[in-house]
Amino acid sequence: MSKRIDVKNLDIYYGAFHAVKNVSMTIEPRSVTAFIGPSGCGKSTVLRTLNRMHEVIPGAYTTGEVLMDDKNLYAKDTDPVDVRRQVGMVFQRPNPFPTMSIRENVLAGVTLNSKRLSKSAADELAEQSLRGANLWTEVKDRLDRPGSGLSGGQQQRLCIARAIAVQPEVILMDEPCSALDPISTLAIEDLINELKSDYTVVIVTHNMQQAARVSDRTGFFNLEATGMPGELVEMDDTQKIFSNPSKPATEDYISGRFG
Amino acid sequence: MSLDTAPTPPQERKQRKLSEIEGVELEVVRASSNRLSLLALGGAAVLLVLLVVLGLNPALALVAAFVVYLGVVFVAYRNTAGPRVARDHVFRGLVGAAFVLAVVPLLSLLWTVVSQGGPTLVDPAFLNQTMNGVTGLQDQATQRDGAPLIGGAYHAVIGTLVITGIAALISVPIGVFTAIFLVEYQPKGRVSQVIRFLVDVMTGIPSIVAGLFAFALWAVLFGIGTKNGFAGAVALSVLMISTVVRNSEEMLRIVPNELREASLALGVPKWRTIAKVVLPTAASGLASGVTLAIARVIGETAPLLVAVGYARGLNVDPSQGPMNTLAVYAYYMFTKPLSPGFREPSLDRAWAAALMLVLIVVVLNLSARVIAKAFAPKTGR
Ligand SMILES: Nc1ncnc2c1ncn2[C@@H]1O[C@H](COP(=O)(O)OP(=O)(O)OP(=O)(O)O)[C@@H](O)[C@H]1O
Ligand SMILES: [Mg+2]
Repeated sequence: MSKRIDVKNLDIYYGAFHAVKNVSMTIEPRSVTAFIGPSGCGKSTVLRTLNRMHEVIPGAYTTGEVLMDDKNLYAKDTDPVDVRRQVGMVFQRPNPFPTMSIRENVLAGVTLNSKRLSKSAADELAEQSLRGANLWTEVKDRLDRPGSGLSGGQQQRLCIARAIAVQPEVILMDEPCSALDPISTLAIEDLINELKSDYTVVIVTHNMQQAARVSDRTGFFNLEATGMPGELVEMDDTQKIFSNPSKPATEDYISGRFG
Repeated sequence: MSLDTAPTPPQERKQRKLSEIEGVELEVVRASSNRLSLLALGGAAVLLVLLVVLGLNPALALVAAFVVYLGVVFVAYRNTAGPRVARDHVFRGLVGAAFVLAVVPLLSLLWTVVSQGGPTLVDPAFLNQTMNGVTGLQDQATQRDGAPLIGGAYHAVIGTLVITGIAALISVPIGVFTAIFLVEYQPKGRVSQVIRFLVDVMTGIPSIVAGLFAFALWAVLFGIGTKNGFAGAVALSVLMISTVVRNSEEMLRIVPNELREASLALGVPKWRTIAKVVLPTAASGLASGVTLAIARVIGETAPLLVAVGYARGLNVDPSQGPMNTLAVYAYYMFTKPLSPGFREPSLDRAWAAALMLVLIVVVLNLSARVIAKAFAPKTGR
């Protein structure tokens, strides 16, 4: 599991609006890559192109290439559904399915695809995924209760469990901690650290310390002015970005001296 | 976004207190209780009684007492608690009056139907017999000699259930699928705009037009003058589909987009996302929308009269000849009593049929609630 992603000359549009311009980067396998940058610069947009969730929005499209282990995700014969099975996603706001129990939520990726699933296999998969998301001990006695009855942090970990239950190669997380308290945030950061031994993880965050704590590489996005497309200013090892960035804009942003 | 790091210049004007700014006048609010408004209400009631005793038309007296109440409450509260509280009390009065105005006719209608139709509805003859072979002579005997009622609405109840059931079977799939297309597949497309427009137009179609449409369609398909249950079901569907589309569209639209995205991001294909995430999440709303649509057409009279005709006996085969339905049955009993000289039994039957219709609608609504409960997203810990 876990694959390398090469993005080449990616341009992203919402209808007529050019949202992100000419991004090229490499995301290494078994590592955590963080995207940072001011609001509206296109971090979420770039993230969503990595599993073809961008095109779900009416009118949205992209040009350029995203290669996952040399296979172009945007090739004509690539099925977006197939891409999404390999590249999982965790959203900013926890979004468990309200009609399902905790257990059903975890297994949703499998059952919604109506793969056959025996009771014992389901039990094993649910436990393994919940343990993987550090949630098992908290919910093991109430697996049949609705997922929406959990706290926000637990719900977010439930969503992570749901994402890893389908065993993707890559996991994308869009500000997974922005709705959470510091303790839940720490729990999720620990989790991200564990996940990177099995998965390629990409995370968007506004929290610079978080990026420094969890990521191996960091990409800084910026935009010249509102209405202009965002772009990738630089991408490097996290240590380097936070200690000795090569672009002044990055330096300004991480040291908090910013517009 | 500029990157210059110079500190922003200090604000030119210092923040002033709201009370220091000219042209701002804050309203005074002092503590108050409801006692004054209760007193005023009591006073208004006394006034009402007085006016009626003095010979004023009761409706006029009621309006006058209400206006006086509003005036008294306004003045009393403005002087004790301030104008904002006074306005609040006046609006409470208006809103309360609107509520009463809305509820009174409803209760009075229910009471009329129950009291007029109740005794006949519980008569075993009414729900067990048809009108087959019943003539004015039996009614004469019933009214004049107190003989037991003969002839009921069994066939009409069955007819109503059959025809509305078929209409629901036709319109629910069409309506829900159209709504799915509108919300999930083409939220902004040209085709959707056209469909929405047509659905809006269809909502306004007078029911008799739907009946004539079904009648004409059947004339073309099966020969002029063909009347049967299916024709009625088609007429009702024409009326129902637009309601089902509208209601379902609303319900699908309020399913949070995040759920769709969550499902898609798990690698679930779109159609499966719709079938297994969107529809179950919206199920309770869809169910109540459908029941409301059924409730709306179940009492239709004119289109059924045109398309289905009128049968005196039981006919359970919707492909074969006229059937009877409750609304048409009630209409006939009112307008064409079996025995013009002895109308009572026919009128009783009409009221009972009306009550039966109301009961069916109530049951439908209740079952919609039960279904909605069963499907509703689970919450709580
Ligand atoms: N659905 C959409 N339709 C049109 N434009 C959009 C849409 N979503 C985002 N945009 C625009 O694309 C640009 C990038 O947005 P994006 O959400 O990627 O920013 P972001 O970096 O994630 O910001 P934040 O840190 O606030 O989440 C913004 O200008 C935004 O207005
Ligand atoms: Mg974002």
